[in-house]
Amino acid sequence: MNIIVCLKQTFDTEEKIVIENGAISEDGVEFIINPYDEYAVEEAIKLRDEVGGEVTLVTVGPDRAETALRTALAMGADRAVIVNDEELFGDQFTTAKVLATVLKDREYDLIIAGNMAVDNGSGQIGPRLAEELNIPQVTTITKIDVDGNKVTCERDVEGDLEIIETTLPVLVTAQQGLNEPRYPSLPGIMKAKKKPMERLDASDLNLDPAAVQSPTVVEEIYLPAKKDAGKILSGDLADQVKELVQLLHNEAKVV
Amino acid sequence: MDLYLTEEQEMMRRMVRDFAREEIAPLVESMEETDEFPLALIRKMGEYGLMGIPTPEEWGGTEADFLSYIIAIHEISKVSPAVGVILSVHTSLGINPILYFGNFEQKKKYLPRLAGGHYIGAFALTEPNAGSDAAKLRTTAVKQGDNYILNGSKIFITNAGAADIFITFAITDKDKGTKGISAFIVEKDTPGFSIGKAEKKMGLHGSSTCELIFENAEVPVDNLLGEEGMGFTIAMANLDVGRIGIAAQALGIAEGALEHAIAYSKERKQFGKPISAQQAIGFKLADMATQTEAARLLVYRAATLRNEGLNCSMEASMAKRFSTDNAMKVTTEAIQVFGGYGYSREYPVERYFRDAKVTQIYEGTNQIQRLVISKYLLVDKKNSRELKCNGLQTI
Repeated sequence: MNIIVCLKQTFDTEEKIVIENGAISEDGVEFIINPYDEYAVEEAIKLRDEVGGEVTLVTVGPDRAETALRTALAMGADRAVIVNDEELFGDQFTTAKVLATVLKDREYDLIIAGNMAVDNGSGQIGPRLAEELNIPQVTTITKIDVDGNKVTCERDVEGDLEIIETTLPVLVTAQQGLNEPRYPSLPGIMKAKKKPMERLDASDLNLDPAAVQSPTVVEEIYLPAKKDAGKILSGDLADQVKELVQLLHNEAKVV
Repeated sequence: MDLYLTEEQEMMRRMVRDFAREEIAPLVESMEETDEFPLALIRKMGEYGLMGIPTPEEWGGTEADFLSYIIAIHEISKVSPAVGVILSVHTSLGINPILYFGNFEQKKKYLPRLAGGHYIGAFALTEPNAGSDAAKLRTTAVKQGDNYILNGSKIFITNAGAADIFITFAITDKDKGTKGISAFIVEKDTPGFSIGKAEKKMGLHGSSTCELIFENAEVPVDNLLGEEGMGFTIAMANLDVGRIGIAAQALGIAEGALEHAIAYSKERKQFGKPISAQQAIGFKLADMATQTEAARLLVYRAATLRNEGLNCSMEASMAKRFSTDNAMKVTTEAIQVFGGYGYSREYPVERYFRDAKVTQIYEGTNQIQRLVISKYLLVDKKNSRELKCNGLQTI
């Protein structure tokens, strides 16, 4: 079975976001594999080990994103593809188009993406890519079984559970709870360097950057307003209740 | 010199850091309380290739470079210095003597098991009357048919309670001084060999340190390491590697204690502001960080020399001496930052303090390190890098 994993390198979730000159500063920031994509990598490796085949990683990103690919190769993926071309960096629309172009002439049975990336959090790449490729999709899965051509997924629906049956080829997106990702082993890290890494740009893909340009325009990036400390009421309990109702009406304007 | 790690070394550092944080940190408290050897953890470390980092792949190891191994000890010791020393002794003193001096059969039999973490290695040199003066061994080995018969005892043997093999040193010819010492691979189930009482140590709880007893222990002649009389050479051959390992462990201790001290100083409020805003504390932290940075440079400098196959005996001793003394100072100051809470077992800094002390003692006391360094000052510095001998044969 040929499994494709769509992977994004993101900020470490413990990093503090700093905005400088209207952009998020990458100074001294540690980058990691997007945690949801890590579930995707783990599931792909497990399925490959069960039924055979190959795991190919695909990312769109700058040079530094190769580190995330190497880490996933060290976990056990077989090969990696990176589209490293600034003209092809954009919003979800652009990225899904670029990924579709990479995949359209490749053989794949199963595509696994993360439910969303922890940086922009759009959750659109998986669904958009499935539409581009015209294959079925199951999002936010917490379990997957592949039996021949038949695929059975358990899907997290806002805390409820849906069981979905479909067939290959299919695109699924990984939700927390799907698995417990392994660490890259040290021998895996040693072997990762020797695994194939394909580097592509717009001309390799025969893709006109203008045709996939982001329709989204970012006007401003800002941090959420600092939260004020809460107000603690005091005095007689009956008076406190009265004051609270007053405040909810007039100040908070929620009732 | 700057510390630029290769992409692989950086990946290993992150992997070990994450592993230490998620797999080792949750065990620290119970290891501290029960003093039990973390066998399941060591097996897991074996699965991830951590128990034979510099060991060649053909012998079941990871075959990463020496620097990667030092990075691993450093990162693990930030979280658990006890696990750091288990790893250091297992690799530097358990695996390496077999790798460098073992014959093909011995390597085939023991290395894959050791490098995979299925076996744990220990190093049995120290005796009640032979510490720094390692040549004054009393344990004897007499050849009798297919066996050597060993008699005597060893003390302070790290990993002893959990080890499967012990690189053991004994006298085969008492008239030849250091040239009469031989090394043996002693398996734990050897008839006549037993593990004696476990030391109740000040720190490093969970790393098992015991006495060993040899009463007519029957060690097969096949388990002689190298040739008769090579024991002292074998014992001294890995000193640099072992010392850099302990220097890295002490570096981890200092950094671990410093991180806790910084975090606490920002939380703890006195006189209406965090104590970190008091210059007395801010300056203390600045000094701790500066000294630790100096230790880091010495440790990685020695490790880089060793990585390139260059003589590093003097630098290894300097790194060991400085980094371990620094760990003692920094952990002492970390307790001061915590005040009364630092003296309580509720907080981790007193543990780092107790763990730090032994690093000034084992793997060559810091007095011995100064002896090594001063000896190097007396040889032509220009030529010292090419010296094949490590200048220690007479110590």
